[in-house]
Amino acid sequence: MVALAGEINFAMLNVQIRKQFRSNGTQPFALDVAISFAPGFTVLFGPSGSGKSTLLDCIAGLQRPDSGEIRLGEIKFFDAAGNLSLPPQRRELAYVFQSLALFPHLSVEQNIRYGLDKLPASEQSERAQNIAKTFRIGNLISRRPAELSGGEKQRVALARALVTRPRVLLLDEPLTGLDSALRRSILEDLHAWNEANRIPILYVTHNREEVDAIGERVVTLANGRVQESGAPRVVLDAPRSVELAHAAGFENVLPAVVVEHRSADGVMRVSLDRAACELEIPLGDAEPGSEVRIAIRAGDILVATEAPHFLSARNVLPGTIESVETRGTMVALRVKAGSIFHVHVTPGAVRTLDLSPGLLVWLAIKTHSCHLVR
Amino acid sequence: MNAEALLLSLRLAATVSILLLMLALPLAYGLAFSTWRGKFLVESVVALPLVLPPTVLGFYALIAMGPRGPLGKLWQSLFGHPLAFTFTGLVLASMLYSLPFAVQPLVASFESLDRRLLDASAVLGADRARTFARIILPLAWPGVLTALVLSFAHTLGEFGVVLMVGGNLPGVTRTVSIDIYDRVQALDYAAAHETALLLLLISFVVLSIVYGVNRRVWSPWPAK
Repeated sequence: MVALAGEINFAMLNVQIRKQFRSNGTQPFALDVAISFAPGFTVLFGPSGSGKSTLLDCIAGLQRPDSGEIRLGEIKFFDAAGNLSLPPQRRELAYVFQSLALFPHLSVEQNIRYGLDKLPASEQSERAQNIAKTFRIGNLISRRPAELSGGEKQRVALARALVTRPRVLLLDEPLTGLDSALRRSILEDLHAWNEANRIPILYVTHNREEVDAIGERVVTLANGRVQESGAPRVVLDAPRSVELAHAAGFENVLPAVVVEHRSADGVMRVSLDRAACELEIPLGDAEPGSEVRIAIRAGDILVATEAPHFLSARNVLPGTIESVETRGTMVALRVKAGSIFHVHVTPGAVRTLDLSPGLLVWLAIKTHSCHLVR
Repeated sequence: MNAEALLLSLRLAATVSILLLMLALPLAYGLAFSTWRGKFLVESVVALPLVLPPTVLGFYALIAMGPRGPLGKLWQSLFGHPLAFTFTGLVLASMLYSLPFAVQPLVASFESLDRRLLDASAVLGADRARTFARIILPLAWPGVLTALVLSFAHTLGEFGVVLMVGGNLPGVTRTVSIDIYDRVQALDYAAAHETALLLLLISFVVLSIVYGVNRRVWSPWPAK
C-alpha cells in the first residue's frame, strides 16, 4: 500500500478546556467542554449565549481558557499545565467571523492576499486568483467591501480565510442573513473545497436548514457545555434540553408530570397542565410523579374537524382554535386543548376544513413525535 | 507685526506636533489596547496638563531643566550647553503641555475600531507591528490628523509655559503670544491687534479643519 502520509494529514482537533467568566450582574457562565473534531464538517449548534463563539475564540487563540488543553494532532495550541499558548498568528488556522471583519479600506484582492504576505508576490497572486475563481468572485477583485452585496462579502471572507491553506477552519455563522438559494450555492462551494482539503471544519449556526445542508456531524452546546453529539437527525430531532428544543425549532415545549410507565409497550403517560389532558410518549428517563417538559413540533400535529377513529396516533385531544395566522405558505394555529398547542398546517387544509377561531377540532399526535426534554 | 516671532511659533508648533505624534502613537496604543489595571494612573498623568495652570507646569519644567535640575544636568553633560531658555527646552516643555491633545484623539479613534478586524489580522498571521501599520493606522487616520492639528494649534497659542521655560529671547524663545504680551505692555495696541487677529484666524481655520474632517473623534461638542 502506498503511504500517503505527508500528503494527506488527518489530524484530529482535540479540545478540552474550561473558562470561567466573571458574573457582572448576570448569572455566572462557564465554558466547560471536551470534544474531538475529526476532519470534515462538524456543526456547533445551540441557542445564543451557549458558548459557541467563545469556544471558537479559544481555539483560535483570541481568548485564553483557564485550564485544559487544545491540540491539533501532535501540535499543541494550548496547554494550561505547560503554560503554553500559541499566539493566533502561529496556529495556522482560519476563522470567518459572524461580522466577517473584511478590512474596509482594502480591496477584495488586498483582503485575500492579506494572509499571504510571507509568500513571493507571484505565488500570492496565483493563489488569490485560484481561490477567487473557486468562490466565483474573480470579477470583484478590485472592489472595496462597501461595494459588495451580502453574499459577495461572505464569499470574500471565505476566500480570504481559505487561501492561507489553514489546518483548521472556524466558521461562526458565516451565512447568516442570506436567502436559502444563495446559502446552498456557497455551501456547495465549501463542500467542494472540503473534498480537496480534509481539515476539521467547525461550523457554528443556529439555523436548522444549514445543519441539514451540511450534514455530517452535529455537536449541541447549552450553557457552555456539550449536550450531545452525533448525526443531525438523531441529535436535533430528539433534543434533550428546553433551550435546545427551542433552538432546534420545537414550537411546543409543554410542562408535564409523569403519570405511569408502561415498560412493556415502551411508552409512558404524562399529564399536561394538571391532568387537564394526558399524552402517551416514548419511555424516558423520568420517574412517575416527576416534572418534565414535552417538546412537539408544530408541523407534527394533525388537525381533524371530527373525532378521528381508526387512527394509529395514540394521542387525540379535543380542543378549540384560538387564532389562525397565515405566514407565507404556512398557517399557524393556536389551539387550546388543555394547554395551548401551536400547530402548523397548509393554506389548503385551512380552506378544506374551514378552520377558523372558535372551531372545535381534534389534535392527533404520534407517540414518537413527543420528546422528553430536561 | 513681528514676523520673526510668528516664524518661530510656527517652527515650534510644527516640531512639537510631529515629535509628539511619534510619542503619542505608542502611548495611545497602550492606553487603548492594554488590559493593565494601573492604566488609569497613566491616563491621569497624560491628562494633567488639561487641568494644571501652565505656570505650574512651566515652573516644574524650568526646575527640571535648570542647571541644577536632573534633566538640565544630564543635558549639560551630554551636549555641553544648558537646556533652559533654549529652543530645544521650549520644544520639550511644549510637548509635555500638549500631550493630552495628541494622545486623547488617538485613544478615542483606536478604541472605536472594530476589534474583530484586529482579531482577523492576527488570525491571518500578522504580528502587532503589521496590524498597526496595515489596519489600525489607516483606519484611525482622522484621529491622527486631529492629534496633529490640535497639538499644532495648542502649541501655537501657548503662553505661560513658554514664559516660564523660554523667557523672552528674540529669535530663540520669543513666540507670537509673548510678542503680543510685550506689545500690550508697551501700549502698542495696533501691533498687538495685528498679531492677535492673525493668531485668532489661524486657530479658527485649524479647528474648522478638524471638526470638518471628523467630529466624532475628540470633540467637546455632543455628537449629532
